[in-house]
Amino acid sequence: MIDTLIDITLLVFLTITAIAIIKIHNLFVIIMLFGIFSLHSAGLFVVMDAPDVAFTEAAVGAGISTVLMLATLALTKDHHEKKPKHRARLPLLVILITGAALVYGTYDIPSFGDPDSPAHQHVKPRYIERSVEETGVPNVVTAVLASYRGYDTLGELTVIFTAGLGVMLLIGGRLRSRKKNET
Amino acid sequence: MIFSVAAFAILVTISLALARAFMGPTLYDRILAINMVGTKTVLLIAVFAVLSGRTSMIDIALTYALINFIGVVAVLKIVEQGNFFTSGDDDRAK
Repeated sequence: MIDTLIDITLLVFLTITAIAIIKIHNLFVIIMLFGIFSLHSAGLFVVMDAPDVAFTEAAVGAGISTVLMLATLALTKDHHEKKPKHRARLPLLVILITGAALVYGTYDIPSFGDPDSPAHQHVKPRYIERSVEETGVPNVVTAVLASYRGYDTLGELTVIFTAGLGVMLLIGGRLRSRKKNET
Repeated sequence: MIFSVAAFAILVTISLALARAFMGPTLYDRILAINMVGTKTVLLIAVFAVLSGRTSMIDIALTYALINFIGVVAVLKIVEQGNFFTSGDDDRAK
């Protein structure tokens, strides 16, 4: 019962935060509200028993991207969003149609936690039955990510490391030259 | 039972903090409110972990606490200095 209550309340918070992000024009406040948005969705993932996704969402969405966006904002002069000059009727129409198509698509998705869904038929039974004795990791999702798909995770980490290195080279290089100009 | 009541109370607190974050006249109201929301999310996850019996989720709550701290420090650093690359001590030395 309390699960449902937390679910509904967090979803309402998400909606309110999204509307507030649209309404507020101070970019500084918007970035912090994005952090709240990520925290709430990470809370939802926890309630849905997906701790690894929640971990990623909290670390990337609420942590790193907030800091990166603040760093970007620090390099710009104006902290206020420009008011749009035209009304976005066509994008609104496209979004409504896409949203309707997505909602229509959800009717064909197996319900949450359905054991007969295709995703749970192929290799899942083996993971559930043997993952503890084969890998020694108590959480099945973590066992899959860290052990069965270890090379895949290593590749992902390489991609993230390369991206981080690129960002550091771009931003860090610029800051050093600016410091030299100041002195 | 007591944990359900605690979870409900935390949700109410989050909504109050959210209201302050949206209305807050000054920047510091908003920063404090957003820090509050983060702290309450940590509490909510801890309470939910006990409620659902998955105590391994308390680790996630700890991670959230760390991330929340880093986020607030980053925000305050931007407000105080306007950038990330000068350390506070340098400014004082000048």
